[in-house]
Amino acid sequence: MEFAEAILLTIITASTPLLLAASGELVVERAGVLNLGVEGMMIVGAACGFGGAYLTGSIAVGALCGILGGMALSAIFAFLTLGLAANQVASGLALTILGVGLAGLVGAGYVGQKIDGAAHLYIPYITDIPFLGRVLLGQNAFVYFSIALIIGIWFFLYRTRAGLVLRAVGDNHTSAHALGYPVLKIRLLAVLFGGACAGLGGAYLPLAYTPFWVSGMTSGRGWIALALVVFASWLPFRLMIGAYLFGGITILQLHAQAVGVGIPSQLMSSLPYLATIIVLVAISWMRGRAGSPAPASLGLAFVPDR
Amino acid sequence: MRLALERRAERSVFIALLSPLLAIALTLATGAALFALLGKPPIEALRIYFFDPLTDPWALQEIAVKATPLVLIGVGLSLCYLANGWNIGAEGQFLIGAICGGWLAVKTHGTVAGFWVLPAMLVLGALGGALYALIPALFKVRFGASEILTSLMLVYVAELLLDYLVRGPWRDPKGFNFPTTAEFDAVAAMPTFIEGSRLHWGAIIALLVVAWATIMLGRTLRGFEIKLVGAAPRAARFAGFNDRTLIVVTFLISGALAGLAGIIEVSATVNHLQPNISPGYGFTAIIVAFLGRLHPVGILIASLFLAMTFIGGESAQIMMKVPLDLTKVFQGILLFYVLACDTLILYRFRLIFAPKVAHGVR
Repeated sequence: MEFAEAILLTIITASTPLLLAASGELVVERAGVLNLGVEGMMIVGAACGFGGAYLTGSIAVGALCGILGGMALSAIFAFLTLGLAANQVASGLALTILGVGLAGLVGAGYVGQKIDGAAHLYIPYITDIPFLGRVLLGQNAFVYFSIALIIGIWFFLYRTRAGLVLRAVGDNHTSAHALGYPVLKIRLLAVLFGGACAGLGGAYLPLAYTPFWVSGMTSGRGWIALALVVFASWLPFRLMIGAYLFGGITILQLHAQAVGVGIPSQLMSSLPYLATIIVLVAISWMRGRAGSPAPASLGLAFVPDR
Repeated sequence: MRLALERRAERSVFIALLSPLLAIALTLATGAALFALLGKPPIEALRIYFFDPLTDPWALQEIAVKATPLVLIGVGLSLCYLANGWNIGAEGQFLIGAICGGWLAVKTHGTVAGFWVLPAMLVLGALGGALYALIPALFKVRFGASEILTSLMLVYVAELLLDYLVRGPWRDPKGFNFPTTAEFDAVAAMPTFIEGSRLHWGAIIALLVVAWATIMLGRTLRGFEIKLVGAAPRAARFAGFNDRTLIVVTFLISGALAGLAGIIEVSATVNHLQPNISPGYGFTAIIVAFLGRLHPVGILIASLFLAMTFIGGESAQIMMKVPLDLTKVFQGILLFYVLACDTLILYRFRLIFAPKVAHGVR
């Protein structure tokens, strides 16, 4: 029982950065923009987040710095792809290269420093309830926020007019434009939101997962988040399931390494990446000829005529 | 008054040639601002980064050495990008090439194997890289899985595989527990031009590849097919060209070239396998491909420029104590400016003075 509780706890801990970053990207892609720079925005969010928390001693300030860092980077992407109609794939790659470099610059001064990680919720007696107490009511604020975020995104996309307009922009930007909706403005807001989420997901790593800064600490999570959006067929709740599944794989390989089952640790470490490939192939294969559920205008540049 | 993009009637050839230079100029200006921000004298820093390497014979050689893998990988990637295939896992194909070629060097170590070892290593490296690139290509054409994500995931897998090999089965027993293989024998090492210099025959291979790609793209049916499928997929389909086959072909070529770059790099400069054999050549080559306008000769020039940033970055780190990551920042900014300037090839800016049509009037 205690072991199961420990595993559940760690799965949620490991999934949260994926969920945060992927929920932002889901909204971005629903608006028809493919931002491949999630990894870059996450790592900048991680560096800024650690810096903010280290200098002020406040996790909240750190989280805010991470959000702002991710947003700043996504603003560059928006300028390029929306303002100048540049190729989205190449711009996203540039964002990742730039982000990794910038994060190295920002983080250089913090190597070897430590902070106190985010506090966990504790309600006397209730959190002490065996098993479910700690899993449900003993997490840090990021975890609850990520769940609220995905519910909020679902509500926004499917229960509000603005969400409907955003989906219309992503599915057919020409028609949306003809109807008078400001396609580029909506996409700009979506991209900035995606940057904020990726930045927060990145900031989660040094603020709540491992309380120090290591260069390259996102180790491909941004790319896995991108794959999760495809896995989820661009649906919010399926994204949540996907994130926890992937968190599970990460934790499984960590536990297996700790037990030392005689399999090379590098093979275990490559499991999340291999799983991503297998999942992508399987999901694309199962959809087969039925057509992709991707937003129809995904990745296409839009230049309004006058 | 607002600024709007307007499509040009046809692409501007003048700007197509000017845009990389404009991008480099903008990168230098941004670089100066960045140095000033870091509290370093901007002019001196730019000199160390972008000018000093050109005045020092040792650094000039080193530029050619570092440009070699960039040219090889960049040319391959440009073929994929021209045909609308997004291979971004060249770094992984580079590593697998180094592993496959290096395998032979490790296995023949200390034996009396002859001169055939190096050529066989090059073949194995190219083959390994090609097969590794075939994975995302097949997943793409057979199942429709995004080649962007699968090729990138395979980079992490290749890194871990190399790490496993040099720490485990291939580790040099006499290597004081360092994670490296034994030094390659003389027959497994790429010869240099002059005794004691670092400039090696790989540079000639890179030049040959540039010549081959120029002829292939400009003078053959395959080259026409690659350019047509990318530029006008529908027209290409009417012409009977198969875009799926082309994805596989371009990925195979680009994987082979990346793998070749990997084994050349290892046999010429490092001379053994170790966990970090690449300072990110596979990713830098993406920038090279775009800066070089996806043209082989352009890629050759762009490779020399980006190789210079590697050298300049190293000397700036030593002389001005700036972090090595600054080089990556420069490279990222450069790609941004290239993409931004490319907009001007297809579009022009136009100031619009007329007020927007009032929406509220009914």
